[in-house]
Amino acid sequence: MHSIPGRRLIMALFLIFLLLPIYWLVNMSFKTNAEIVSTMTLWPHAPTLQHYKRIFTDESWYSGYINSLEYVILNTIISISVALPAAYAFSRYRFLGDKHLFFWLLSNRMAPAAVYALPFFNLYSAIGLFDTPWAVALAHCIFNVPLAVWILEGFVSGVPREIDETAFLDGYSFPRFFIRILVPLIASGIGVAAFFCFMFSWVELLLARTLTSVQAKPIAAIMTRTVSAAGMDWGLLAAAGVLTIIPGALVIWFVRNYIARGFALGRV
Amino acid sequence: MDKTINQKAWFLVLPVFLVVAFSAVLPLMTVVNYSMQDTFGNNQFFWNGVGWFKELLDPSTDLGGRFLASLGRNLFFSLVILAIEVPLGIVVALSMPRQGWTVAACLVTLALPLLIPWNVVGTIWQIFGRPDIGLLGYTLNAMGIDYNYVSNAVDAWVTVIVMDVWHWTSLVALLCYAGLKSIPEAYYQAAQIDGASRWAVFKAIQLPKMNRVLLIAVLLRFMDSFMIYTEPFVVTGGGPGNSTTFVSIELVKIALGQFDLGKAAALSLVYNLIILIVCWIFYTVMTNAGAERKVQAESEPAAVPKPSASLKPVTALKPKEGVV
Repeated sequence: MHSIPGRRLIMALFLIFLLLPIYWLVNMSFKTNAEIVSTMTLWPHAPTLQHYKRIFTDESWYSGYINSLEYVILNTIISISVALPAAYAFSRYRFLGDKHLFFWLLSNRMAPAAVYALPFFNLYSAIGLFDTPWAVALAHCIFNVPLAVWILEGFVSGVPREIDETAFLDGYSFPRFFIRILVPLIASGIGVAAFFCFMFSWVELLLARTLTSVQAKPIAAIMTRTVSAAGMDWGLLAAAGVLTIIPGALVIWFVRNYIARGFALGRV
Repeated sequence: MDKTINQKAWFLVLPVFLVVAFSAVLPLMTVVNYSMQDTFGNNQFFWNGVGWFKELLDPSTDLGGRFLASLGRNLFFSLVILAIEVPLGIVVALSMPRQGWTVAACLVTLALPLLIPWNVVGTIWQIFGRPDIGLLGYTLNAMGIDYNYVSNAVDAWVTVIVMDVWHWTSLVALLCYAGLKSIPEAYYQAAQIDGASRWAVFKAIQLPKMNRVLLIAVLLRFMDSFMIYTEPFVVTGGGPGNSTTFVSIELVKIALGQFDLGKAAALSLVYNLIILIVCWIFYTVMTNAGAERKVQAESEPAAVPKPSASLKPVTALKPKEGVV
């Protein structure tokens, strides 16, 4: 009743469609460059770890991963901590300009990164944050903070109001109520919001590349640079790509039970 | 659940306001400033008024021609991927297994493309589609189809669209799946008693329940495809020629490539304005849909005596609503 005929086949075909290009990348990362260019092989005939070894031993490569993780984590912490009180306010109270403010936030989530690339470059150069993880972390707030507010508002609204009232009657102060009662109640929502902040900060390249030059260069930018400089080192490129998929895959595994609800932004 | 009026709530919102204002309003003011000026370099600016905007909206000039052409391409791209991803996403959501470990496995696999950095998505398809070393390109060429996304504009378009479908259909599917999960079992039982066909169940129960999430899906997909940059840039670099140059690619070319600040700023503002308008339309539709639902929910239990102190109103047992 719930589903459609041939659903197993449809699902299987779609999953194959999703996994095939990823498989091809993994496959290439284990081949030698000679094998990649010379013959068409469906699996590596002479499997090699040379590309991975190169990435893990060459600092200009692995520092890219550390830089990326640094600003992603910074951004997630900033986004969640400023979004939590705001989500509570939007969910519980009506105040002057609340709807306009909410729309303004939402519109920032939709603003094209390309528009902000140049002004951000000027802004962060002017205040001396250029080429630090802070610049990228703050820049990514423009789309992650609104998103976090949006998701968390949905989850806070799912907490019955009576709980607030009971807590205040019991003599809880607002900060104590917030930390001791509300935050544990919406823990899964915070997890989901953190997942999304992580995700969107991790996948973004344009701003991250524009705001860094040497010290804080993200892995994504290192990949594009090295490819154009060293000709086409396909195996190395594929290995670097595979390694960027891993953090995402790990994070998905942790939130797998909340994924569906999370993607609906807590609003089903 | 009526909200109380409390102006002190502004203190709770203040941090968000400051952070976003810092990274949105300040840079936008710079853009507005640039858009009205011209420069000969050396940081010497002079007033140009609305000159850039006039040029931008006039297809006979170089800037206007490029902008309007990329805008047209971008709108066409957005419409095509929406027309593919939304129905496909619904079908995939309806095909999800019901229980067991396969649910988690499917969810994780579906979410996988969403967490791959956008340039790596580009790289994956760049490699996958190459006629010499990519599985897709090699297979197509072996089958006798002359496929090369570097030199052929149609092939480039097909590659970019298939890549976007690969990348983002999961988002639509996951959203729809969340909507489907929220349908109480009782609805289906009622439909079964009424002898509703599968199509009737879809039209009368599943689709209305997915309305809201579908709206979010369409909004997110439209916006994100309208500002797409990294993936097509990595795969085709906007080419061959200008055939896959979308608005963001054009903008970055003008802003960071040629450092043409005035033109880039004017383009940015018009671009932002379009997005703001579309966003506002969606937002209005969305909040209206929400309000309607609330009114419905409030008017219905009026006939039934309301359980006064219970935390959760018993709304799950209304199987008749929405069934043919």
